[in-house]
Amino acid sequence: MVIIQVVVGGLLLGAIYALFSSGLTLIWGMMNFINFAHGEFVMLGMYVALLTVTWIGGGPAVFGIAAACALFVLGVGIYLSLIRHVMRGPMLAQILSTFGLALLLRYTAFWIFSANFVSLPQTSLGGTLKIAGIFLPVAQLVAGAVAITLTIGLHLLLTRTTVGSKLLAVAEDRAAAMLMGIRPDRMQALAWGLSAGAAGIAGALMATAYPWSPSVGETFGLIAFVVVALGGFGSVLGSLYAGLIIGLIQAASAFWLGAIYKDIVVYGLFVALLWLRPQGLMGKA
Amino acid sequence: MRGRVGWGLLAAGLLLYPMLLTGPFYRDIGVTFLLAAISASAWNIVGGYAGQVSVGHSMFFGLGAYTPLLLYTLWGWPPLAGIPFGMALSVALALGIGMPTFRLTGHYFSMATIAVAELIRIFFGTWDLVGAAIGLQGPAVARSVWDLTFRSELPYYYIFLAVLAVLLLLTSALERRRFGFYLRAIKASERAAKSLGVPVRQTKMQALALSAAFTSVAGSLYVIKTGFIDPDSAFGILISVQMVIVAALGGAGTLFGPLLGALVLIPLQTATNSWFGGGGSGLTYILYGGIIVVIARFDPGGLFDLWHRVLPTLRKLFGSRAHAA
Repeated sequence: MVIIQVVVGGLLLGAIYALFSSGLTLIWGMMNFINFAHGEFVMLGMYVALLTVTWIGGGPAVFGIAAACALFVLGVGIYLSLIRHVMRGPMLAQILSTFGLALLLRYTAFWIFSANFVSLPQTSLGGTLKIAGIFLPVAQLVAGAVAITLTIGLHLLLTRTTVGSKLLAVAEDRAAAMLMGIRPDRMQALAWGLSAGAAGIAGALMATAYPWSPSVGETFGLIAFVVVALGGFGSVLGSLYAGLIIGLIQAASAFWLGAIYKDIVVYGLFVALLWLRPQGLMGKA
Repeated sequence: MRGRVGWGLLAAGLLLYPMLLTGPFYRDIGVTFLLAAISASAWNIVGGYAGQVSVGHSMFFGLGAYTPLLLYTLWGWPPLAGIPFGMALSVALALGIGMPTFRLTGHYFSMATIAVAELIRIFFGTWDLVGAAIGLQGPAVARSVWDLTFRSELPYYYIFLAVLAVLLLLTSALERRRFGFYLRAIKASERAAKSLGVPVRQTKMQALALSAAFTSVAGSLYVIKTGFIDPDSAFGILISVQMVIVAALGGAGTLFGPLLGALVLIPLQTATNSWFGGGGSGLTYILYGGIIVVIARFDPGGLFDLWHRVLPTLRKLFGSRAHAA
């Protein structure tokens, strides 16, 4: 019974990992660009949810959408003001731009919100279900289900719609896409908006079930790297599977080895992946 | 000729600094400045010259810091004797990271460095042999001069200065040799370098190993001076951040860039820490983040590059005024 509990808990958390990691993989696939501030986007999504609940009130639907919208705007803004100017510059500028951004966002959050852990006030998703002997907090269940739905939605958006085709066209060949009347700049801005929006809503979902502090951004950023490395850079579906696997591994190692080892195991897996299969599970070499 | 004079003036300034500005405050800044300049110059070999941006160099700094104190705690060795072992461990780790990631694009290397540094930090925080979260202590009182435990900052200043001099002389020698040209070719375009027969992976590995070895020495020097180490002050992300920002601010891939960066940043850091007070050190990191973003967006070449770009404009202004007169 306990094992089922661990497995279900891991999968539900993994679903949220999958959602925010799919944002990171989208940017990598589109522009060969790694966003070191992605974990900070998730962290900001959590605080947007908290501020929405305190100032405006409303349920998970309200603060979830608020977090997605706020982060979408932030993502587009960051692309237009920063990324667009460094993406074809030297490697140093590419890496420093988002790395500096991560520090800026993380320590600004520390400054404004302090280092204390906070959690959302009890939402309409409070309570626990007991199904077949396992305890499932409703908030975790809903958050996990919504996260999986949104990740699949993002995958479908990329593979089944015109907008998705345009995004992929820009990723494939910028010049050819321009000749087809697609504006690469607009598409890349959209990709950054979607990526940050996914992180924001993942943060809001996570906030319903777990407490947090500004330092979680660093952890989530690294977890997103591991998920994307496992799933294959650029594959949303890959990061869905990988997210679930990482959630599972984390829950299992926290259970059998102790909570402090869960991150060690996951980062160790990342290093092992780089050695053994750098293209990931679903990635093309 | 002008270069020689510049070298001479710089050397004289650094040698005389503790004589001109006495008092513990200035000496402390001087020592901090030298340590920052050493670490950033070491980072610069792989991050600047080779263009392989490490954001986890604290792993080498931390190994350099932990190894001497571990050997002291276990067998009572003087910390000085631990330095080569720290260097060896760091080089081994560097090879372990470089071998898989240097086959891939530069982003993988950056991601791997940050993940491994964080992995080691958490791991050391749980490992009892190295004192877990509390860390390790060095000799409290000097048993002999080999413990390098001094009351005054002055001996540390000159030891650090000597190490910096060795590092800069080595870098400047490498800059002019085939190795230096290889590095710049790789930074400009890996593919082009490879097609011209540059042994790309091997050269990147050598740069990383050399960089790791000297970063490790910086960690050892830090710990010999402070006498204790814990996971955060060894492997924390802010240790890596400081190396990156100091080198990039002055000019990554230039010999004196890290020195210039440290010259600007360390006094600035001291000032902001005292303005904002102890609790406001977070504001210093907000400032760091802001500086890094601004460098990346507007001036990836750093202050040296800015100077070279501004100089012609200044000359023109100056020249036109001379005409008017």
